Amino acid sequence: MMKLLGFRKPKVDFWFFVKVIVILAMLFFLVYPFSTLITRSFFSKKVDGMTFDNYATFFSKKYYLDALKNTLYITFFSSLTCLLVGAPMAYLMTRYNIFGKKIIYVCIILALMSPPFIGAYSWILLFGRAGFVTKLFASIGIKTPTIYGPGGIILVFTLHLYPYVYLYVSGALSSIDSSLEEAGENLGSSKIRRLFTVTLPVVMPSILAGVVMVFMTSLADFGTPMLLGEGKTRVLPVLVYDAYMSEIGGDANMASTLSVIVVACSLSVLLLQKYYVARKNYAMTSLRPPKVVELRGWKRFLVTLPVAIVAFLGLLPQLTVVISSFIRTDFTGFIGGFTLENYEKILSRLKTNITNTYYFSAVAIVFIVIFGMLISYILVRKRGKVASIMDLLVMFPYVIPGSVLGVCLIVAFNRRPIILTGTAAIMIVSYVVRKLPYTVRSGSAFLYQMDVSVEEASVSLGISPMKTFFKVVARLMLPGILSGAILSWITCINELSSSIMLYSGKTSTISVAIYQEVMRMSDGTAAALASVLTLTTVLSLLIFLRLSKGKVSII
Amino acid sequence: MESYNVAIKDAVKTYGDFKAVAGITLDINKGEFFTLLGPSGCGKTTLLRMIAGFNTIDQGTISFGDRVINNVPAHKRGIGMVFQNYAIFPHLSVFNNVAYGLKARKVSADEITKRVEIALEMVQISELAARMPNELSGGQQQRVALARAFVIEPSVLLMDEPLSNLDAKLRVQMRATIKKLQRKLGITTIYVTHDQEEALAISDRIAVMRNGLIMQVGEPTEIYKKPENEFVAGFIGVSNFLDCEIEGKDHENAVLNVSDYRLPGIRLSQPYQGAGKIAVRPEYLTLSKEGIQGKIELSTFLGDFIEYEILLENGQTIQLNEYTKDALTIKPDGMKVKVMMDTDSIIIYNAQGEVLN
Repeated sequence: MMKLLGFRKPKVDFWFFVKVIVILAMLFFLVYPFSTLITRSFFSKKVDGMTFDNYATFFSKKYYLDALKNTLYITFFSSLTCLLVGAPMAYLMTRYNIFGKKIIYVCIILALMSPPFIGAYSWILLFGRAGFVTKLFASIGIKTPTIYGPGGIILVFTLHLYPYVYLYVSGALSSIDSSLEEAGENLGSSKIRRLFTVTLPVVMPSILAGVVMVFMTSLADFGTPMLLGEGKTRVLPVLVYDAYMSEIGGDANMASTLSVIVVACSLSVLLLQKYYVARKNYAMTSLRPPKVVELRGWKRFLVTLPVAIVAFLGLLPQLTVVISSFIRTDFTGFIGGFTLENYEKILSRLKTNITNTYYFSAVAIVFIVIFGMLISYILVRKRGKVASIMDLLVMFPYVIPGSVLGVCLIVAFNRRPIILTGTAAIMIVSYVVRKLPYTVRSGSAFLYQMDVSVEEASVSLGISPMKTFFKVVARLMLPGILSGAILSWITCINELSSSIMLYSGKTSTISVAIYQEVMRMSDGTAAALASVLTLTTVLSLLIFLRLSKGKVSII
Repeated sequence: MESYNVAIKDAVKTYGDFKAVAGITLDINKGEFFTLLGPSGCGKTTLLRMIAGFNTIDQGTISFGDRVINNVPAHKRGIGMVFQNYAIFPHLSVFNNVAYGLKARKVSADEITKRVEIALEMVQISELAARMPNELSGGQQQRVALARAFVIEPSVLLMDEPLSNLDAKLRVQMRATIKKLQRKLGITTIYVTHDQEEALAISDRIAVMRNGLIMQVGEPTEIYKKPENEFVAGFIGVSNFLDCEIEGKDHENAVLNVSDYRLPGIRLSQPYQGAGKIAVRPEYLTLSKEGIQGKIELSTFLGDFIEYEILLENGQTIQLNEYTKDALTIKPDGMKVKVMMDTDSIIIYNAQGEVLN
């Protein structure tokens, strides 16, 4: 049988056991839940046996089709605006001597790392019906444009996600060999012409990669459209949540169908991008990175201004929540005056949420680091059939939005024999599954450029391959993996879309609490909780920047 | 640990349909400096890695002393290995790099310090003990790698092109260090290189390899002077290959006809008449009053000798070296010359490429 399948008799060693454990874990926590999801999507309350009923409903009812339309409309325009903001910013930042480049860079990263629903919330604080800015302008008789609806959602996504485009494009721009552009110049093309005929085509794959990241992230996001959509602008992840949570019992089958459709959307976009990149891949080894133009006086100021404005707008939500967390509130909202009572309230009432957030994320990070290192080692050094299956499986969560993963885990583990719903374990599992791909990717990148003979030297000196892994490979991987783990830590503590599906009373987190507090108009506590998250995010990010020294990629 | 002789018997390594090592038998003596020499892709590194335990042995056996090591894992073979790219542990100091293998062997701390210090002294980098690898030059790193490999007193020392990443001057220097060290320690050493000059300079014996097979095994002088086939003659040093006609019934007194010039009194080991080939090194050719007619195509002055590229009348081009101290003048390009050869220093092959003398 083994022979028939083309497998050789496996060597029973340390790595054999690791492979068995990893594959079993993947089957249990990924393949089984996802296939349960797909199966459930073909069952309906109305019909016995397997049926396309749910899909038929989806493509025939206005309620669902509108959500699909909204989703595509919002993701498409968010991608477009992120492109229009991120790409020019990358060009200015890499080619000109912008004032305060380093600070601006940190601001850009911070905008990406902060959870979008906090962004949405603070835009409500500013421009919502009872927002500071709205009231201010109303007092002098000016009506400000509404923040609710598709426009507001796109605005929040843009300011949160443009860093993806920025990071990909600036990476590509600074690795273009300057002789390439000079060649264009020698051939007599003007600056603008050169930008469009030489520079742009070369960085196109990176632009696309950034845009696809924006597309997939905005497609998957739940918090922002939930807060700003107000039940009127529905998108698919919100429907998934509604379908499952709705007060009239909840329909796990319809939630499954919707989930499958969301995954199909993001998978097809990713495959399209891969297809395009595979056809147009300009491998570039930069010998001479392009020169930075040294501008002086008002010209330098003029170039800095737009970049600084965008960076500031990206940070505005964070500033808003931190400031408003110190403002006194009552049931009508903020009433002015400095106070610490919001913090007192969250410490007395929501302490569990705070400890849960840090505890779940820390445990998840431990698993992510250990499994990340082992899996990336197998992918790079133990290539074979098992490794390629593992590669496919570990990268699959890229295309699974948080709320979908939530539904997957619920439909798989809410029945006998395995009931995990409502436990801390299921929360941690969802964090590990979602963040593992990032660690595996950076771990593999490190191993590809690490010389295999360093390991062989250790083995030749009498250390067994297993001990060599821990004494040499893991030791060398650790700095990179750990700084990557800080990034995963940041996204775990800010995680909302799967937590909101999976939490129970005892396992609720800060992000879930923020969502609930906003929903019940308890703005003060929401702001205080958001500030706790923001502060942790900023601190973690600073540690990351310190540790990684620019060597660990953020994207 | 005591050093062993290494016996390789009918060793085979295949990758799919490709035989990287196609049945090799070698006996390497205890304490010998043995080199596997050949062009890239000849299977020399594959064979070395089979000995090290990093490649499996598909067929045949390899033994250290009396013990067949086919199924002994790499970390239990008691080898020391030096790699092409040094493979220094980047997170350990020079001292700890060298101590690494000793710690695994549960040697006492005092003993480790003593042995590491001696090893570092032997490779002349005692003063670098506390440095980290990123503060070392390539040559210094390779000295660390060398000390790390022999400090554990391996039963066999394996070196995979250890000098190829160093610059020319350093290469010659390190070559001498390695050779002296090996003599002193008496460890059986198997050395892989594609550089024939390095192989000739450093080895007790050389195995020349091609396409996964051994072409010739012998001492450096033997390989240089008596290449057993055209491949070895062409790969080791520079050889001119000239078409010739072998004439005369008496094979002990045959005549070679090269480009219509007859060289009499040639002793062959077996009777042969007809088309053949001779291999002759540039330094065994001289310009003289009598000989094969030709014309200088290009003369190049190289300091201690002059290199002439000469077009013979039969259309073949040969290289001839003349020592500057023996030459009166440098002959100009285009000049007609006659070329003579030392018939005791040529190799004669039949049409099948087998040696006749």
